[in-house]
Amino acid sequence: MTRHARTALSATAFAILGSLAPLAAHAEWGNLNMPVGVTVLSKEIHALHMTMFWWCVAIGVFVFGWMIWSLVAFRKSQGAKPDTTMTHSTKAEIVWTVIPVVILVIMAIPAARTLIAIEDTRNTEISIKVTGYQWKWHYDYLGEDVKFFSSLARASDEARQLGSGVNPESVENYLRDVDNPLVVPEDTKVRVLLTAQDVIHAWWVPAFGMKKDAIPGNVNELWFKVEKGKTGLYRGQCAELCGRDHGFMPIVVKVVTKDEYRTWLAGQKAGESTPADASSEPAADSSPTIAALPAAPQG
Amino acid sequence: MSEMREQNNRRLTLRLLGFAAGAFAFGFALVPLYDVICDITGVGNPKDLLRASNVQAIEHDESRLVTVEFVADLPSVGSWEFRPVIAEMKANPGRLYEIDYVARNLTGRDTVAQAIPNVAPGKATAFFRKTECFCFIPQNFAKDEERVMPVRFVIDPNLPKSIDRVTLSYVFYDNSTRVAALN
Amino acid sequence: MANTATHDHAHDHHDHKPHGLKRWLYATNHKDIGTMYLVFACVMFFLGGAMALVIRAELFQPGLQFVDPGFYNSMTTMHALLMIFGAVMPAWTGLANWMVPMQVGAPDMALPRLNNFSFWLLPFAFTLLLLTLFVPGGAPAGGWTLYPPLSLQAGDSFPLTIFAIHLMGISSILGAINVVVTILNMRAPGMGLLNMPLFCWTWLITAYLLIAVMPVLAGAVTMLLTDYFFGTSFFAASGGGDPVMFQHIFWFFGHPEVYILILPAFGVVSEIIPTFSRKPLFGYESMVYATASIAFLSFIVWAHHMFTVGMPLAGQLFFMLSTMLIAVPTGVKVFNWCATMWKGSISFETPMLFAIAFLFLFTLGGFSGLMLAIVPADFQYHDSYFVVAHFHYVLVPGAVFAIMAGVYYWLPKWTGRMYNEKIGKLHFWLSTIGVNVLFFPQHFLGLAGMPRRIPDYSTQFADWNMVSSLGASLFGFSQLLFVYVIWSAVRSGEKAADRPWEGAHGLEWELPTPAPYHSWETPPTRSVISHGAMH
Repeated sequence: MTRHARTALSATAFAILGSLAPLAAHAEWGNLNMPVGVTVLSKEIHALHMTMFWWCVAIGVFVFGWMIWSLVAFRKSQGAKPDTTMTHSTKAEIVWTVIPVVILVIMAIPAARTLIAIEDTRNTEISIKVTGYQWKWHYDYLGEDVKFFSSLARASDEARQLGSGVNPESVENYLRDVDNPLVVPEDTKVRVLLTAQDVIHAWWVPAFGMKKDAIPGNVNELWFKVEKGKTGLYRGQCAELCGRDHGFMPIVVKVVTKDEYRTWLAGQKAGESTPADASSEPAADSSPTIAALPAAPQG
Repeated sequence: MSEMREQNNRRLTLRLLGFAAGAFAFGFALVPLYDVICDITGVGNPKDLLRASNVQAIEHDESRLVTVEFVADLPSVGSWEFRPVIAEMKANPGRLYEIDYVARNLTGRDTVAQAIPNVAPGKATAFFRKTECFCFIPQNFAKDEERVMPVRFVIDPNLPKSIDRVTLSYVFYDNSTRVAALN
Repeated sequence: MANTATHDHAHDHHDHKPHGLKRWLYATNHKDIGTMYLVFACVMFFLGGAMALVIRAELFQPGLQFVDPGFYNSMTTMHALLMIFGAVMPAWTGLANWMVPMQVGAPDMALPRLNNFSFWLLPFAFTLLLLTLFVPGGAPAGGWTLYPPLSLQAGDSFPLTIFAIHLMGISSILGAINVVVTILNMRAPGMGLLNMPLFCWTWLITAYLLIAVMPVLAGAVTMLLTDYFFGTSFFAASGGGDPVMFQHIFWFFGHPEVYILILPAFGVVSEIIPTFSRKPLFGYESMVYATASIAFLSFIVWAHHMFTVGMPLAGQLFFMLSTMLIAVPTGVKVFNWCATMWKGSISFETPMLFAIAFLFLFTLGGFSGLMLAIVPADFQYHDSYFVVAHFHYVLVPGAVFAIMAGVYYWLPKWTGRMYNEKIGKLHFWLSTIGVNVLFFPQHFLGLAGMPRRIPDYSTQFADWNMVSSLGASLFGFSQLLFVYVIWSAVRSGEKAADRPWEGAHGLEWELPTPAPYHSWETPPTRSVISHGAMH
């Protein structure tokens, strides 16, 4: 019996080692963990994730260690005699109820703290309404009269058709590229209002640490603030099953400097057709134009 | 099997069937309960936004300004035009304001439409009071008619301090998107 | 002690059983019905598994190679419905039918005719569900969670799906009522509730969960049905309804449902580990209380499935804390199993191997569950492959391994024949390696940002998807060995002893092998009961 177990174990070990060898050679194998991200929140969330992970490792070492110890030390084949008097122990039961409770409390405190930070939506500087459609995103810079759709880039869309014959490896950013990315400035608290036109979608950019559902007839909000100096392209996807092409409505966010953002926004208002291109158009004054104030207060 | 046991079994079976029937009813009871829980927990029930509130004599809070954003959505593209006249404003809690939404019927026929309101963040819902709104009743629109529709609202001064920005959003559903009887 | 039992059953009419089709169509014998449930579950397991292989084949490489995205969505939806309602739940009901009467010393289930009815609803329900594959618009593709408005976009499959779910629901409610009545009313004199084997306890609690929540699911899908056909707007924003409310109602059913799938597994493992450790279960009573508290907690954690819908802070905190609390009774169980093995005399027959794998891998699934409970982190994990890895770890090496362990464990008692230990062990090792190669990389995929329920992915996810798909075919095809090992045992296995496992305890082992068609017609005497418990 143990001989069988041993053969099988060594077989497993070989299988694992064998599959490990090519792993090292390939860059993509390194994608094992959550990205740290580029926002204040994503870093906190990542830290929380790692804390939880190490707690689980620690508990795992204890529990699995106990199991393995028992399985090795008390083998019948090694002549182990059962201690049939050992049936319960109130002391032990108390210990392994109380200690987990304490650990859980220790885990919950930083989680609650981060959660409160996430829910603090004060002092946002830009509001963008994001609307999920089957199967694309619509971005509306509130108060700026800048709005556009963002759909899967054509190269990906052609390659992803059933039997297209195009090798996805040959398409740059396959399924992660759009025609018009969302453009936001760095170091700015951006508020995203989420809704949907048809079914429920979810807006998720892993590097920003946040995901929230876009629900028809409902407005949800989330915020992010990309750290200064972290300009660049960040990619995400729809995360809530929304029908046939759920897998084909990516999100691309282009983070630019505040100046570039102002220029881009002005260009947009002037009717420039390439939203992603921030470099051209000498901008007019881009201070937000708010329409006339409301009818006189009547209170 | 003894008769006694048979009887016991039958009794327990019926009781459990009754329990199951009760659970089925409970499933439906969750619908009104959902609203009640929203109200009790102060989450705010969006359905309250469909009713006029009485806002006589609320004290102004001149020292505080809350940004109010106005958003308009349509369930389908092209058949309507629907937008707020202004995108956002600053409001003193306790003060009554009036703003307008504009809708134009491009469906090519006379129709009825109903606006469904929503407030973000959700917990501001209970503090967003409206004395008048085009969303209280379904709106009749002639073919190609354009109409300005007012909303009058007050933000309750008890709005939690953690909120400095409130979004009022409407989705405008017409007959073709199935307006159910709301009352 | 087998003598006592055989003696009671020495009247020859007991061996008269109906033959041919009628035996099964009109079956009222708990053993026949149990067999039918198990065979049905096995068929559904392979159908659902075939769908999983379609999914994994499409995901083997980036790009769409085999199926249309719409059909892919049908595959994920149907795979879940078949596995949950067609494979795991009927398998547990089958085991309950076989074992509960034998374990509590009852001659049969309390309501034999109802038992027949609740089984025969299932083939109809699943025929309806499978028929949707051939109707215009295809099978349901909105996910097994049936979230509106997406689920309301279904074509002709919609009413069939809803009706099938109603039938499955009625079947499980009736099955559960039968278990409760059997356990509460049919126990042999002297068999107190706290003398029952843990499998009966976990099933009793499961049955109550079923009776409480299956009707809620029925209510939810009925509301979907009226929204679809009769213009109500429970979940339609256009009529003042709220699609999020469906999720609340659904998960009020859905979370207890998760425990419906796993609690009986706790019971089976609590039978097997003491047997092969040759030592009584450690902390029997605390096991019962832990099971009950898990069941209770399952009613107040549902919203952790929907942290991203935009709940108020207080709600998120509440559901996070209540969810984390589940780790406590679950931990008690794991520790009790460890303590049972401690200072035992452990041997490693196939049922024990599956139980040990359960112990390790279910605990692993528990760890990822604990991580998912942390709301801010869940904002990253939610609807990613991390979640897929988590629930497959608790359901496959959790529930499914426990079912297999139970089948290996009790097969000699059912059939009177021993399975081939070598092939059984081969099945175990291939399954265990396969399941880990299949699901472990999915943790990485989810953390790296791959959403679930997508038919195609960007190239950065290609490598681990390929590994996962290889694991899937290894695991999937290994299950053919399971069928083979049972088939060969039934046909030509060695004769099994009355007590084939040295350390086995419980009333079922006091019966002769194979268990007579009618067992415990005369209730076991107190001395038989206490003898059974002593082992």
